[in-house]
Amino acid sequence: MFINPTSQHQHNDNTAWLDRNIVAPAATAETPVVLETKGMHVYYGGNEALYEGDLQFLEHQITALIGPSGSGKSTFLRSLNRMNDNVAKVTGQILYRGVDVNQPDIDVYEMRRRIGMVFQRPNPFAKSIYENIVFALRRRGMTDKKQLDEIVETSLKQAAIWEEVKDKLDQSALALSGGQQQRLCIARALAVKPDILLLDEPASALDPVSTSQLENTLLKLKASYTIIIVTHNMQQAARISDYTAFFNLGRVLEYDETSRIFTSPKVQLTNNYVAGDFG
Amino acid sequence: MNPKTANKIATGVLYGTAGTIVLILAALLGYIIVTGLPHISWHFLTSPSKAFTAGGGIGIQLFNSFYLLVLTLLISFPIALGAGIYLNEYAPKNALTSLIRTAIEILSSLPSVVVGLFGFLIFVVQFGFGFSILSGAFSLTFFNLPLLTRSIEEALAAVPETQREGGLALGLSRWETVIYIILPAALPSILTGVILSAGRIFGEAAALIYTAGQSAPALDFANWNPFDISSPLNPMRPAETLAVHIWKINSEGIMPDAKAVSSGASAVLVIAVLLFNLSARYIGRRLFKKLTAAD
Repeated sequence: MFINPTSQHQHNDNTAWLDRNIVAPAATAETPVVLETKGMHVYYGGNEALYEGDLQFLEHQITALIGPSGSGKSTFLRSLNRMNDNVAKVTGQILYRGVDVNQPDIDVYEMRRRIGMVFQRPNPFAKSIYENIVFALRRRGMTDKKQLDEIVETSLKQAAIWEEVKDKLDQSALALSGGQQQRLCIARALAVKPDILLLDEPASALDPVSTSQLENTLLKLKASYTIIIVTHNMQQAARISDYTAFFNLGRVLEYDETSRIFTSPKVQLTNNYVAGDFG
Repeated sequence: MNPKTANKIATGVLYGTAGTIVLILAALLGYIIVTGLPHISWHFLTSPSKAFTAGGGIGIQLFNSFYLLVLTLLISFPIALGAGIYLNEYAPKNALTSLIRTAIEILSSLPSVVVGLFGFLIFVVQFGFGFSILSGAFSLTFFNLPLLTRSIEEALAAVPETQREGGLALGLSRWETVIYIILPAALPSILTGVILSAGRIFGEAAALIYTAGQSAPALDFANWNPFDISSPLNPMRPAETLAVHIWKINSEGIMPDAKAVSSGASAVLVIAVLLFNLSARYIGRRLFKKLTAAD
């Protein structure tokens, strides 16, 4: 969905629901800011689809991005590791540990290795489970069999799927169930040792049992990774996230601790959305 | 008319038309095979043809057909693969690429006799290759390239976009993603496309009459020096293929058993193309199963 920015600004003066409430999370020595957007705008063609997404993400915290369909949360997420490079124009700053990665001279491949991503639909490659994990490592020149074996085991364990697949590592990944495939994709993302994990509605194609396994996995991963997750599922956001950002019509309306977003949101529209009154 | 009767009538008509087509094809195929099969023997398949006396075979023509097929695929596959990858993975959507696509479409609807005459003027006359396997292979490349490019492009397009995203999100470049993820995933349907195009090349006559020539000089199958004129591997020798042979016997054959040779050769051609198609399905399915472990 596209928004014409000028018409938005005309409404600005007399529409109270455009009030925003962005509370920057309190960064401390233990939980510094790892990722931050400043004045980020995303354009599809000539239309501005997302703007004013100034957010800070804290280390080893789970941040949920919620909002109705077309509110720009997925676009925002995909812009963070520049997956939108070829489809949209992203302006403004994306600061990863203080470095602006939204610049042409940044090594985008190295950046994507550090800011990994898991997608809405499980997308294992048409290769064996083992090859799915080590593929990117091999491409980076890692050939030591023992080292690769070790990484396969640790990443599969981290993604809580080791027990289910340890005896069939040479089988095709496409033969796994949807939930297993999605956890394999998480393991695959973890294998290249990322710092941040972006998840774009990772549970939307999964059944409730697989979803809860996935959520438990994410809660464990939180100890070593910073996680940003787009979700349509309010309960999921409430269950696993520390911070929640509410997106509407291409902008962030409210950003705060998850407990506050769900119990005492400052913006009326957030309240309506989390209560299920629209969206 | 109520929906139920309408549905019944529509189903009946569809079954009828489909049945008619299948019947016609089966009758044609059956006729060719039934009339040709009795003439096929080991002697027929291996001995050289005779111009004036009975008892000639199709050995050299059969070899020529396969050799020409291999050469054509060797030339056209790399080009078609490159073009297919470019069109599906790299080409931006603009006027230039849509022009390329239109050009490919036009090229694919070119009558093969026109391709043959073009090949005659360019390769046989202009480049001085003469009536040769090489001229034939280049002409068949023109004939084959558009369809092969199309089928490779479609095979790549059938690989879900999420696979490309998966590769990029791991920090791989687009080239690595295409070569190591997309291409292997598309391999079964690419292979099917190649084998099906092989069937078309194998049965092509009009494009070869003026390029690979209508004569099949005797070959010495013990001589594998490609520069020797009697070697089967020599790409500069004239080489009548099976399909051209059938055409020639029927238009100007003067051997007493012309009808029998023509029937036998037709049956061999049809059976070979049939085998190509069946193996395309089989190999494609096997590869897909192996890749997806769906068994």
